[in-house]
Amino acid sequence: LLVAGLPKQGAAAATSDELIAAFTGGAEVGAGDIKLTAPEIAENGNTVPIEVSSGTATEILVLAMGNPTPSVATFKFGTLAASRAASTRIRLAGTQDVVAIAKLEDGSFVKTSSTVKVTIGGCGG
Amino acid sequence: MASGVKPRVKVPKKAAAGETITIKTLISHKMESGQRKDKEGNVIPRSIINRFTCDFNGENVVDVKLEPAISTNPYFEFEAVVPEAGEFAFTWYDDDGSVYDTTKKIAIE
Amino acid sequence: GNWSRLAAQQSLSQDKLLEFDTFGNVSLIHITDIHAQLVPHYFREPSVNIGVGSNKGAVPHVTGADFRKLYGIDDGSHSAYALTYNDFSSLAKGYGNIGGMDRVSTVINAIRADRPDALLLDGGDTWHGSYTCYQSQGQDMVNVMNALKPDAMTFHWEFTLGSDRVAEIVEGLPFAALGQNIFDAEWDEPAELFPPYKFFERGGVKIAVIGQAFPYMPIANPGWMFPEYSFGIRDERMQEMVDEVRSKGAELVVCLSHNGFDVDKKMAGKVTGIDVILSGHTHDALPEPVLIGETIIVASGSTGKFVSRVDLDVRDGRMMGFRHKLIPILSDVIAPDPIVTKVIEEQRAPHIDALREVIGKTADDQLLYRRGNFNGTWDDLICDALISEREADIALSPGVRWGPSVLPGQDITREDIWNVTSMTYGQAYRTEMTGEFLHVVLEDVADNLFNPDPYYQQGGDMVRVGGLGYRIDISKPQGDRITEMTLLKTGEAIDPAKSYQVAGWASVNEDTEGPQIWDVVEAHIAKQGTISLDPNNSVKVVGA
Ligand SMILES: [Mn+2]
Ligand SMILES: [Mn+2]
Repeated sequence: LLVAGLPKQGAAAATSDELIAAFTGGAEVGAGDIKLTAPEIAENGNTVPIEVSSGTATEILVLAMGNPTPSVATFKFGTLAASRAASTRIRLAGTQDVVAIAKLEDGSFVKTSSTVKVTIGGCGG
Repeated sequence: MASGVKPRVKVPKKAAAGETITIKTLISHKMESGQRKDKEGNVIPRSIINRFTCDFNGENVVDVKLEPAISTNPYFEFEAVVPEAGEFAFTWYDDDGSVYDTTKKIAIE
Repeated sequence: GNWSRLAAQQSLSQDKLLEFDTFGNVSLIHITDIHAQLVPHYFREPSVNIGVGSNKGAVPHVTGADFRKLYGIDDGSHSAYALTYNDFSSLAKGYGNIGGMDRVSTVINAIRADRPDALLLDGGDTWHGSYTCYQSQGQDMVNVMNALKPDAMTFHWEFTLGSDRVAEIVEGLPFAALGQNIFDAEWDEPAELFPPYKFFERGGVKIAVIGQAFPYMPIANPGWMFPEYSFGIRDERMQEMVDEVRSKGAELVVCLSHNGFDVDKKMAGKVTGIDVILSGHTHDALPEPVLIGETIIVASGSTGKFVSRVDLDVRDGRMMGFRHKLIPILSDVIAPDPIVTKVIEEQRAPHIDALREVIGKTADDQLLYRRGNFNGTWDDLICDALISEREADIALSPGVRWGPSVLPGQDITREDIWNVTSMTYGQAYRTEMTGEFLHVVLEDVADNLFNPDPYYQQGGDMVRVGGLGYRIDISKPQGDRITEMTLLKTGEAIDPAKSYQVAGWASVNEDTEGPQIWDVVEAHIAKQGTISLDPNNSVKVVGA
């Protein structure tokens, strides 16, 4: 059983707003051509697999809204990227929303999010 | 240079011209977040890989900015187009100024 | 009840327990969650097993008299003794021990006499749970199971032996070690050591057995012991595997699962093309399979108490019908298989004096058992031991589902203590926790048990607490279930800001320090001599 560390509450909302503003230059962020795949439940909050993908993104920003520092990564796709998709593994300090914001080829911005549950431990059966 | 840093990549040895391939990369690195404290209560300074790039014959595939929320031993998976025979170049940039790189050749079948 | 051993057993015989009209052309034999119980013992089924969401009131979340009514089981019958908790102590005196792998072997041999090519499938939680298993790092169970000649197994607690030891054993196994959801954590690719499925040709039928290991291994158990692996439900890949085996000609698809029953039900509703799920992990024993769509789910209990036989009629590439029996292993009725008895004795011989040493005894009205969503008397005793031996205010004990019972007025041996505590991370820690953190812990574990979505049910029963009372509203969401937390020794409300001395065991954290829990419990029992526990009324359950 348990005790793998106290989940931290996200007191960093202002910071994520700033990060989003810096990425979008203050432009409106809609919904659309952006997909974020993340597990509903993390096997391990220290290494949570995520995938971002989009048909026409040139850049994708990933934020973990409940982390003490919400920045996670920014993916830029080059001329030889076969798809605007990438997978990585991230650290999540507790159950929270992970957000992906894409800058599309037409200059617009779209956003999606996914809730990941991070437990502090269970008891084996 | 941080010790024990070892890049590994999985790239097919051959592809058809213009084919899409999947690339997987790993680098062993502790990704010290700068948010942890040692036993004496002092903050352990941040020490992470902060950028990763993959290029093919000088053209970019992906360029990733990493933050401390990327897990230990950063892993990336993505897809590349292989227009011709050549070489993939993978580069990781460490906070401490170190640069780690590796290359993989791919033939056209 | 007035059950003398003689009267109870007069009506029973091995032949009657095994009676079965052989059916169709394929037989499956399922055993699961043995937890290293090699020899006969007692095991009381849970009194409380609450279902949530769509599983509210549905099997296996039915206990006691409701269970007997549902399946037409007479009070006082051997089925009542095996499958429900009421009158357990008196029925146990009449019907005797259950389990013992030499008795299990006799049943397997009898089924094989009927159907020589029956498939024997082990659902896992096999190499864990006893003194000899701990001392031999699972080798005792491997030796005994090899004597039973299984055809395949899947996994859960096995991984707490550490990935090196698991690899060492699996590489030498004379049967398939399956897990379609066991992945290499580094590259996110299927782990080579554990194939997703295996084909068998039996009774002229091409059978595919797909393995499904426990999905939440690194949550329920210490992930640092097997960092090379990742698990998860991976039901999309399960569908791919089913499609793959069907395209390769499988006429019957069997999933050997350690998902737990509710997760299997949900998976059966999402994945099409599985004929039979042999379910493990939640230790439920059901006299009849549960049908979800065209999939039957079979639950075979735990601890070697039952063997399921499933006969199937497979024709034209389809399962046309089945016949099923959950066979209770009543150890005094079923003769032991002498070949397996000998193997078991060989495993125990080097440790026999340590195993048999009497540490204390139970009072004449004190049954020690574990199963139940919130507490069992074994856990009450373990929590008492933690509080007194480790000088704590509050004790936490994991809600594991394994561990035999000890009858009233019975000696408590070292073996009995290890049967309910043995594990590779048994250190009894002592730490300070704030009232707020304790609340977070209880909420977190409660959501692992009572989240209405089975895919979020990731562990065992509720964490057991000593020295602490609380109220739980099952129907509320995470964060709102646990209220009225009270420090029992003062009767005061738990203060979120205040720190409390907490002792517990089975932490998933690496570098947990403290004496082993079995030593803590042994010291406590030795001091007490005769164990008599106060009734535990410290958890108030509502919303069920
Ligand atoms: Mn089990
Ligand atoms: Mn299990």
